[in-house]
Amino acid sequence: MSTHDTAAPPAKEGGAAPGRPPAAPVDAEARRRARLSRRWQRDIRWSPYAFVSPFFLLFLAFGLFPLIYTGWASLHQVEMTAPTDMNWVGLRNYTRIFDDDFFWNAARNTLTIGVISTVPQLLMAMGLAHILNYRLRASTFYRVAMLAPYATSIAAASLVFVLLFGRDYGMINWALDAVGVSPVDWQNDKWPSQIAVSTIIIWRWTGYNALIYLAAMQAIPQDLYESAALDGASRWQQFFHVTLPSLRPTILFTVVVSTIGASQVFGEPLLFDANKGASGGAEHQFQTLGLYLYEQGWINQHLGRASAIAWTMFLILIVIGIVNYVISRRLRASS
Amino acid sequence: MTTTLTKPEPHDAAPTAPRVRRPRSARAGGQMHGGPIAYVILAVFTFGSLFPLVWTAIAASRDNQRLAQTPPPFWFGSNLFKNLDIAWNDANLGKAFVNTTIVAGTSAATIVFLSTIAGFAFAKLRFRGRGAMMLIVIGTMMVPPQLSIIPLYMMVAKLEWTDQLQAVILPSLVSAFGVFFMRQYLIQALPDEIIEAARVDGASSWRVVWHVVFPAARPAMAVLGMLMFVQTWNDFLWPFLVLSQTGNPTVQVAVAGLGRGYTPDQSLIMAGALLGTLPLLLVFAIFGKQIVGGIMQGAVKG
Repeated sequence: MSTHDTAAPPAKEGGAAPGRPPAAPVDAEARRRARLSRRWQRDIRWSPYAFVSPFFLLFLAFGLFPLIYTGWASLHQVEMTAPTDMNWVGLRNYTRIFDDDFFWNAARNTLTIGVISTVPQLLMAMGLAHILNYRLRASTFYRVAMLAPYATSIAAASLVFVLLFGRDYGMINWALDAVGVSPVDWQNDKWPSQIAVSTIIIWRWTGYNALIYLAAMQAIPQDLYESAALDGASRWQQFFHVTLPSLRPTILFTVVVSTIGASQVFGEPLLFDANKGASGGAEHQFQTLGLYLYEQGWINQHLGRASAIAWTMFLILIVIGIVNYVISRRLRASS
Repeated sequence: MTTTLTKPEPHDAAPTAPRVRRPRSARAGGQMHGGPIAYVILAVFTFGSLFPLVWTAIAASRDNQRLAQTPPPFWFGSNLFKNLDIAWNDANLGKAFVNTTIVAGTSAATIVFLSTIAGFAFAKLRFRGRGAMMLIVIGTMMVPPQLSIIPLYMMVAKLEWTDQLQAVILPSLVSAFGVFFMRQYLIQALPDEIIEAARVDGASSWRVVWHVVFPAARPAMAVLGMLMFVQTWNDFLWPFLVLSQTGNPTVQVAVAGLGRGYTPDQSLIMAGALLGTLPLLLVFAIFGKQIVGGIMQGAVKG
């Protein structure tokens, strides 16, 4: 090991003394420096890994390993009563759930609830962000007020909306009645119940997404608007030709995050159910895939089948992700 | 791939919504003050956001009979404290509050610590595989947590951790969002020269983290801590699966349990929902501005 230590911290004693000091101390000093230097080099080299490794270790243990294990379990018959007894069944769990009408029903419901909740939510968030981007009095107040639902839990929000959407004494039917619309059975009719479940999601997340759009809007360089205005673009045209294109990455981000969220919807339909079950209403009219997974795994105790549902959801998400990616590339290429 | 597009001024204070908006004089000739329509729309949305919360309190202050009448009550009754008291005891809310505080506090503190050191490494240190690792971190944000609940549940069952808090805490100790958030913040908030100066003085990496990174990151750590606290406090699916609704619940599980009882007293359910929401609403009332700023800062990415 060489003794030059350019990267080492300067030794406390200063540089080597002029002249020729006794041999033994130099040797000790040189060894000390070499040791320090080695330690220094090791520190520089390895500390980045030490800093990022806790994240990756925890992710391996609680993210990646379970994900792969779910795939493995989906190829077995596993019952909740004896989770260690795994019998290989190949793809039978998948064929079983694909043959199950309730799976397709849940898949359709997840899709429709996802669309009904995500599309209006993001459109409203965009409009709100645009308004919040104006000069306004008390703008912080609106932002905090709109984020308040985000602080409310799924459990509390769902229970409140169950009451608001009540058929006989709920406030929403009362308000509809006041304007001459006949009462709606929000819990037992298919579309009303899905709209009601979606309303809970929209209520909780619109303000959050509005803030994300607002942040992105504030990062758009001002001169883009100035030159657009010089070219005679109206406010409306500026929104379409400057704001929206600049927000494309953010929009894509919120669409991806909302899609993932929508594929997982669980607590809202669980707690919206008057029958206290996991079936998503008496007719399964608002049972989502998340709820179906819970029903198969924790009510019917078929963990293998529940794993197959989980992996099917994962594969659907990957497909959606690829479609998203392709669309965004097309958009970028065309602009 | 993730350039920082945040406002040019360094975030030395907790990132807040900028008070001074850029001049808009060039836009369509005028200051771009919001017109009356903007205020009307905002008023409608603010009302829509807050009304269900206010009405929870109204319903919690009534009795069950009154809630089963039309028109529904629009103003407070006299039963609020009685209902809160019953809900508190019925749902074991005292224990639930302690549990949730432990869970959310431990998770938030750990996430903040781990995210800061990892975010620092990604923002300021050079090492092999940095780009690929950061891509993995961002990629993990796309993996839905619901996919891992079955093996996690089997693990918890095997360890006989059902109904115990560590079953809830352990899987919630990492956050890819946290790493990303701290990285974005430290890239701009921590000048390279300070780190170099500390290095020249002979500081080890841990000393740099302790004496340079943590002080510089404190505002962002506070915001991330609040965001993660809110998120863990409101977690529902996983605690619902591993904790019982009466024995050792978190607040959300306890509140959900109220709604799933067989003789539902709506005013009691609303009292429970109110109690479960109140602490976070207080946090929002006090730190709302910082939380808003934090979400906006974490959101900006390119």
